[in-house]
Amino acid sequence: MNAALSEALAKKIDELAARYPVKQAALLPVLHLVQNEKGFLSPGDEQAVAARLGILPIKVREVVTFYTMFHRAPVGKYHIQVCTNLSCSLAGGDGLVEHLKARLGIPLGGTTADGRFTLTGVECLGACETAPCLMINFDYYGNLDAAGIDRILGELS
Amino acid sequence: MTRAPKVLTEFFWLEHLHRIEAYLDRGGYQALKKALTEMKPGEVQEEVKKAGLRGRGGAGFPAGVKWGFIPKGADRPKYLCINADEGEPGTFKDKYILSHDPHLLIEGIVLAAYAVGIHCAYVYIRGEYEMIARRLEQALAEAYAKGFLGRDILGSGFDLELVVHRGAGAYICGEETSLLESLEGKRGNPRLKPPFPALVGLFQCPTVINNVETLADVPFIVRMGAAWFLEQGLPKDGGTRLFGVSGAVAKPGLYELPAGTSLREIIYAHAGGMKDGRKLKAVIPGGMSSPILRADEIDVAMDVDSIAAVGSMLGSAGIIVIDEGTPILHVLRKVAKFYAHESCGQCTPCRLGTSWIHKIVERMAAGGGTREDVDTLVRLAGNIKGRTLCPLGDAAAMPVEAIARKFRTELEASLEGGAVRP
Repeated sequence: MNAALSEALAKKIDELAARYPVKQAALLPVLHLVQNEKGFLSPGDEQAVAARLGILPIKVREVVTFYTMFHRAPVGKYHIQVCTNLSCSLAGGDGLVEHLKARLGIPLGGTTADGRFTLTGVECLGACETAPCLMINFDYYGNLDAAGIDRILGELS
Repeated sequence: MTRAPKVLTEFFWLEHLHRIEAYLDRGGYQALKKALTEMKPGEVQEEVKKAGLRGRGGAGFPAGVKWGFIPKGADRPKYLCINADEGEPGTFKDKYILSHDPHLLIEGIVLAAYAVGIHCAYVYIRGEYEMIARRLEQALAEAYAKGFLGRDILGSGFDLELVVHRGAGAYICGEETSLLESLEGKRGNPRLKPPFPALVGLFQCPTVINNVETLADVPFIVRMGAAWFLEQGLPKDGGTRLFGVSGAVAKPGLYELPAGTSLREIIYAHAGGMKDGRKLKAVIPGGMSSPILRADEIDVAMDVDSIAAVGSMLGSAGIIVIDEGTPILHVLRKVAKFYAHESCGQCTPCRLGTSWIHKIVERMAAGGGTREDVDTLVRLAGNIKGRTLCPLGDAAAMPVEAIARKFRTELEASLEGGAVRP
């Protein structure tokens, strides 16, 4: 596990930290940055980030474990986050969750054996007007039905 | 049907509205020019007070009054935090302002900062809105380049630095003190109040926290005046509201209407009525936290005071429409699951209460309900309410209480067969 921060990454972290009067305030943006680069946040990454921001590693661990968007283990190349809240379920969302589980052969929280897909059930994504909806990485998809999901999955490389 | 004046969304049809050229073409940043050249900060604040601008984030507190709580003087920095954490289930309105018209928000931010004497502001945007955050960053860069942000804005001597800050998936961070903790790089555990953020906020300094839609209204108030703004809404609740309608309606979507438009009109005249001719069962009028209304309770004006008078709240104006085909136990399951997941865990009544409620409701849904369950749910909710640091406890308790009170017969009947939507 190579947790050392590259020169470029360290520079970007310093730039983010400079936007705040207190370096620790940059922690969420910095963790987004590191996770985007590495896919997930390892204990080594936590320590490297802590050192760069001049805070204790436990402060980073506290944050990484609090926010659902930070991953402590690898996720699939395509992270599917499907809404399981009320507005989506009123539009048939629960059936789509079942369809996704069956099609990918994994439960919610699972990753396919080839590492391509991770399926997560999430709370409201703020796209209820296009219910039922889901996100794949940072792209939103809405007004879905089973055929629509099959088409989208089929188009992913 | 009420005429539908457009204020915030009037130009949403314009292509490339999010670019500064389009915004300038339609009169953008004129309010800022007016304020910086013709108005003292106190005059801007006074105008917003007179305009009856109530906070659009959920609490409905008058924005101008909130600004007035910030101490005068410049012995320490003051901050403005823009709450773009939009996470209340059923709510998606701020996303439209952020993505369609980011410069409108930026102009509102600069005006608010000028009115209060603030030189540093942070937009706290929910982590999932990554694409939108990028668009906002692009708008920021344009505004800096044109001199609407940064040092000596439009030669006025007024400075403002603005930073976009992404959250990372925690509903609680929409609560204002949790937002501050999160912005400081910590877990989003709410703070004990008092002290209130107006005195001890971000980095222990005086801080204003305003919702996106609230600030987007400010340029119109400055440009058109408080009297005009009041005309768009009600005497104590000025302007329009962005109503998000979702669930079992024919045309789910965002509807900009005057504050005080009736819930029935919003559902039947604007959102196209019920989907596929279904029958209306209930409505959640202001995001999941707001107590549910029965079908016979929708002749209510959608403004902060009127909806409070019938025992619910306008909240974030996210309207979720529920049809007769949906068992009320299904709604209760979604409510219980959400708050159990989103409780930050800091206060015991909320941490334990929400998870107990969730477990009981799941047991009921699995066919293992007992006669005492509904009373137990009500008792648990009552033991959360008013016993937590932040409003999430109340937000979790109120919908459970309302569902139990208004749909007790159906809930108890469902205990017999464990009937849940397939």
